[in-house]
Amino acid sequence: MPTSAAPTAAPERVTSDAITPPDGKVPFESWGRYPRYGGRIVPMHWQQDFPANIAGLHNGALPVGMGRSYGDSCLLKDGNLVLTTGMNRLLAFDPATGILTAEAGLTLAQILDFAVPRGFFLPVTPGTKYVTLGGAIANDIHGKNHHVAGTFGNHVTRFELVRSDGSRRVCSPTQDPDWFAATIGGLGLTGMITWAELKLRPIVTRMIDYEAIQFHGIDEFLALTEQYKNVEYTVSWIDCASTGKNFARGIFMLGDHARIPGDLSPSPEPKLVFPFEAPGFALNHTTVSMFNTLYFHKQLKPRVQTLVDYEPFFYPLDKVLHWNRLYGKDGLLQFQYAIPWESAREATIAILGEIAKSGLASFLAVLKAFGDVPSPGLLSFPQPGITLALDFAMKEGRTFPLFERLADMTRDYGGRLYPAKDAAMTASQFQTFYPQWEQLARFRDPVITSSFWERVTGDRPAL
Amino acid sequence: MSTSASTVPATSRKILVLGATSGIAEATCRIWAKEGASLFLVARNSQKLAAVAADLKTRGAGYVDTSVADLDDTAQHPALLAHAINSLGGMDVAYLAHGILGDQAKAEQDFETAAQIIHTNFVSAVSLLTWLANFCVQRHAGVLAVISSVAGDRGRKSNYLYGSSKAALSAFLGGLRNRVDREGVTVLNIKPGPVRTGMTSHMPGAEKMADVNAVAKTIVKAIDAKADNLYVPFQWGPIMWVIQHIPERVFKKLNL
Repeated sequence: MPTSAAPTAAPERVTSDAITPPDGKVPFESWGRYPRYGGRIVPMHWQQDFPANIAGLHNGALPVGMGRSYGDSCLLKDGNLVLTTGMNRLLAFDPATGILTAEAGLTLAQILDFAVPRGFFLPVTPGTKYVTLGGAIANDIHGKNHHVAGTFGNHVTRFELVRSDGSRRVCSPTQDPDWFAATIGGLGLTGMITWAELKLRPIVTRMIDYEAIQFHGIDEFLALTEQYKNVEYTVSWIDCASTGKNFARGIFMLGDHARIPGDLSPSPEPKLVFPFEAPGFALNHTTVSMFNTLYFHKQLKPRVQTLVDYEPFFYPLDKVLHWNRLYGKDGLLQFQYAIPWESAREATIAILGEIAKSGLASFLAVLKAFGDVPSPGLLSFPQPGITLALDFAMKEGRTFPLFERLADMTRDYGGRLYPAKDAAMTASQFQTFYPQWEQLARFRDPVITSSFWERVTGDRPAL
Repeated sequence: MSTSASTVPATSRKILVLGATSGIAEATCRIWAKEGASLFLVARNSQKLAAVAADLKTRGAGYVDTSVADLDDTAQHPALLAHAINSLGGMDVAYLAHGILGDQAKAEQDFETAAQIIHTNFVSAVSLLTWLANFCVQRHAGVLAVISSVAGDRGRKSNYLYGSSKAALSAFLGGLRNRVDREGVTVLNIKPGPVRTGMTSHMPGAEKMADVNAVAKTIVKAIDAKADNLYVPFQWGPIMWVIQHIPERVFKKLNL
C-alpha cells in the first residue's frame, strides 16, 4: 500500500472468518492441494491496477497466477491473492528477433497458441503449459532442455516490476540488474511483474523427433545422459517402486524439434477433465507398482524412435485437466532435489533406496541431468547435477517423516529442494539450501509475502 | 492516436468498437484480430486502451486505430464517429459494448446516480445509434451490434436501474430494426447473461458465470449471420421466457 496515501477511513480489517468460507472450500488451491488456506482473491486485469487494488487490505498480498506451484509458495493464509490471469495481453512481437512482450498473466498455453502458427516456440517449458509468464519468471522454471538452454529466466530480456509503494522499474540484466536477479526465482515476493519480454525460438513444425530408451539403473541413465548431451530435450521416467534387479529402471526420453517443415496449427482445447476426487486408497503401493511395470513395458522394444506432436511430448498430463484430483481429498506432495555432480550418483541411489524402502510409492517420477548454464536468479533452483522429482499422496503421519529424511539426505549430499514444489521443508533446511535467502529478504516488498516464505523464514508482512 | 503505421487492408472487415476495454468487447476483438480485421477502438482510459490496441495489433489485426473518449459526452459523438469511419475508410460493423453496472443501492436513494446509469447505458447509445443508423441507411449496408442484457427483460429489485436502462435500449433497438431492416441494415440485440469479466469477477459466484471467450465466439457468429436477437449463453432465452411469464402477483414477492 502506498505509504504516501493516508487512508480516509479506518481500513477494513480482514479476519480469517471473513475469508475462509464455512463450507471449507477455499478460493484458491495450489496444485498439490496441500495445504489449503482461506484467502481473498483480488482480481487484476490491467497493469495499472496494482497497488491500488490492495489499498486498505490487510494481512499481506501475494501475486498469483494459475496455482500450479505444488505447495504453499502460491498461497497466503488469510491474506490477499492478487490473481493476475485477467491481465493477459500480448503487447508486441518481433518475428525478426523472436522477442515477445506480454502481460505477466498470460499463460504459456496462450503464448503457444500465438507463437506456434508463426513458427516459434517457448525457449524453455515446464511439464505443464498452464502456468503464467509471471509465474514462470517468479519460479525461474526449467524444462527438458536445461542442459543446453538453462532456465526460463535465461531467456527473459526485460520486465516491469511494480512495488506496493507504487514505484515502477523496468529490470534487465543491465538495468537494475540486482532487482532483475532478485525477481527471477524470487517467488513473487519482490513486487508485481506487470509485463515481460521473452525471446522465443524458431521452429518449422509442431513435431518432435522422439526416441525412448529403456535403462536399468543409475549408471545406464548416466551413460545415456552423456551420450545424448547434445540433444535438446532429455528427460527420464524412473520406476521408484521397484527393488532388486528392477531397481532404478526407467525410460530415457529424448527429442529435438523436427527439421522437416510441417504442421504449425494451434493445439485443440483439452477435453478430458478428471471429474472427481479419487478415494484415498486409489493410489497405493500395489497400484503404483502395476502402473510402473505397465509403463516400463509400454514400449515393447528397448528402443523406440518416432515423430510425435509437441503436446504429448512436453505436456502428457495436460490432456487431463485437474489430474491432481487423482490423489484424493488429502492432496499430494512433490519432492524435487538438485544435487551437484560430485555426489549426484551416490545420492540418487541412496534416496531412491530410501523411497523404495518406505513403501510410499510415486508413479510420476522424473529424473534429469541439469546443465551448467548459470541460472540468472538469486534464488534459482537448478544447479549442475541431477534432479529428481516425485509425487507422493499426502498420508497423515507417513509422508512428512519420509520427506524430512529425504530433505536431510539432500542437504547432506550438498543438494537443495525446489520451493515451487515444496510444502514440507523446515526453515533450517531451507536456509541451508539457500543461504542467499537473506539477500532476497532485502528485496522483498514489505506488503508481499507467501505462506511458504513465512514458513521458511518467519518473515511477516508489514501490514 | 494511430497505433498502426500501415493502412487499412483493402479486403479486411472494418469494425468500430465503442467501449473497447470492456471484457466482452476485448474478447470479441481478439477473434476479429486473428481474422485480420481492421479495428477502430474507443474507450475512456488511455492506458487501458493502449494495452488493448497493442494486444489486437500483435494478434494480427490488419489495422488498429484508437480514440480516447467519454461516450457520456453525446455532443462529441458526430465528430468522433466521422473520424473513426474516415480512419477505417468505411464501416461494416459497429459494436456498442460500453455500459456501466452502476450502484443499485445508491441509485435507489439518489436520482443523480440513477440518471447516470440511464444516460450511459441508454441515452448515449441512442445518440450513437441514431448517427450510425443514418450512416448505414445511406449505404444500405452495415451491422449495428449492441450489447444489452437479460436484465432488461424484466425489472428486478436487485438491479432495476441497470435493467431498465437495458430494457429501454432493447425497445429502442427493436424499433430501430423495424425501421432500418428494409434498408439493408442489421440491428443485433445481444443479451448476455452474467459473464465473468473485469466488471464482475469480484462478485460472489463469478466462477459460475459464462466464460467470456465462449460468449465472444457466439457474438461473432451472430454478427456474421446477421441475427436479430441473441441470448448468450443460449440457456438465457428460455430462462428469461419463464421469468417474463411469472405472474406479477407472484413475481413481486420474489427476491430476484
